[in-house]
Amino acid sequence: MTDVQQLVNGVLKGDKRSIARTISIIENNEPEAQKIISLLYPETGKAYLLGITGPPGAGKSTLIEKLAKELRNRGKTVGVVAVDPTSPFTGGAFLGDRVRMQDLSTDPGVYIRSMATRNHLGGLARATKDAARVLDASGKDVVIVETVGAGQSEVEVFRVAHTTIVVLAPGLGDDIQAIKAGQMEIGDIFVVNKADRENANKAVSDIEAMLEITTEKKGWKPLVVKTSALTGEGIAELLERIDEHRKYLKTGELDELRKERVETELVDALSQKITESIVNELKQKEEWNKLAQKILARETDPYSAADKLLAKRLKTTKKR
Amino acid sequence: MSKKEKGRKIRVVIAKPGLDSHDRGAKVVARALRDAGMEVIYTGLRQTPEQIVETALQEDVDVIGLSILSGAHMTLFPRIMELLKKKGLKDVVVFAGGIIPEEDVPGLKKIGIKEVFGPGTPTSTLVNFVKENAHKR
Repeated sequence: MTDVQQLVNGVLKGDKRSIARTISIIENNEPEAQKIISLLYPETGKAYLLGITGPPGAGKSTLIEKLAKELRNRGKTVGVVAVDPTSPFTGGAFLGDRVRMQDLSTDPGVYIRSMATRNHLGGLARATKDAARVLDASGKDVVIVETVGAGQSEVEVFRVAHTTIVVLAPGLGDDIQAIKAGQMEIGDIFVVNKADRENANKAVSDIEAMLEITTEKKGWKPLVVKTSALTGEGIAELLERIDEHRKYLKTGELDELRKERVETELVDALSQKITESIVNELKQKEEWNKLAQKILARETDPYSAADKLLAKRLKTTKKR
Repeated sequence: MSKKEKGRKIRVVIAKPGLDSHDRGAKVVARALRDAGMEVIYTGLRQTPEQIVETALQEDVDVIGLSILSGAHMTLFPRIMELLKKKGLKDVVVFAGGIIPEEDVPGLKKIGIKEVFGPGTPTSTLVNFVKENAHKR
């Protein structure tokens, strides 16, 4: 049995081994996980959370290395949680984000953790948010969450981050792509990376044109920044823009945002626990097997069967 | 705590210490371990012992695989083993591969390298080795 309190104390002191073990325990959903989260929770909420998303190969990891270095120059400590996909066939994963962040690996003010999605959808792993929390509790000033190379609907990161940055590269598509739902809606800041390439200005103007016709949500108009993670061009400007967004959130948006998120999380936690407990209970019943057999025989369908199971369960609850 | 609990995955760092830039072999090994259901963290080329150990620490890995073709293993590996000890990572299993002369192997095992695999080792041998040793942690 791991000594939970000792681990938590280690995390709060910024001890790397404790942070590493704690994230693993949460990631593996080991029995101590919930206890650890509840002990760390009061110490969280201090770090600024940056979400970085965008398609594979846009330069997210390289950009994070440059951003983190610039933040270090400004005296900030940095945590990074970088997510890569798990194979749906073997359950294995190749986590390659560190390759682009080599200069950070021995900096005592930086902690990087690679994480596999373990088949969680949405662009993050189930445990990503909690891993970010562990880094927050360990005293990092800024925690950067990098999603998997994202497609159009991997948008979960915007529920985790204070500022969401969508990283794009020139030549990925025209203004029609820019108008689509999903990814293109979640950016507080859009980065056109690889500005050293041709067509960077065209990409910037496509995105800007798209933003022109977007109905402003809550007073923040997303910004577009051109960067080259290779040369470092635009990195300082990007940090200025992040700061602008942070200041904007401070004017009152942040409290609202936080409350919204806490409620969403509460609903998620409740749904998970309710589902678990009710399903486990129903599975014990004879009716469960009977209905499963009926579905197999095409005598009923899953939805009607679920209705039946639930109706009975609700009736017994009422009687109590 | 049993490491074989549900949800527990073997985590491995595959690292290229030193100055040689040939990582075909390292990538083949990384891919084989990935296909065996493990989570493989690849460091990229030209890693210092400090970078490798720091990565193993932050990523909470069970196993480190070192790939080296430059001939500097007798200098770099002892440094890595020393740093692992210093950082409290004595329980991490280390194996090596690449171009390592037969006569160097006993010396490397003496400093704690669990196994040395030469060119032509079937990937299934590696996979079995990692699976057998990772959970002894």
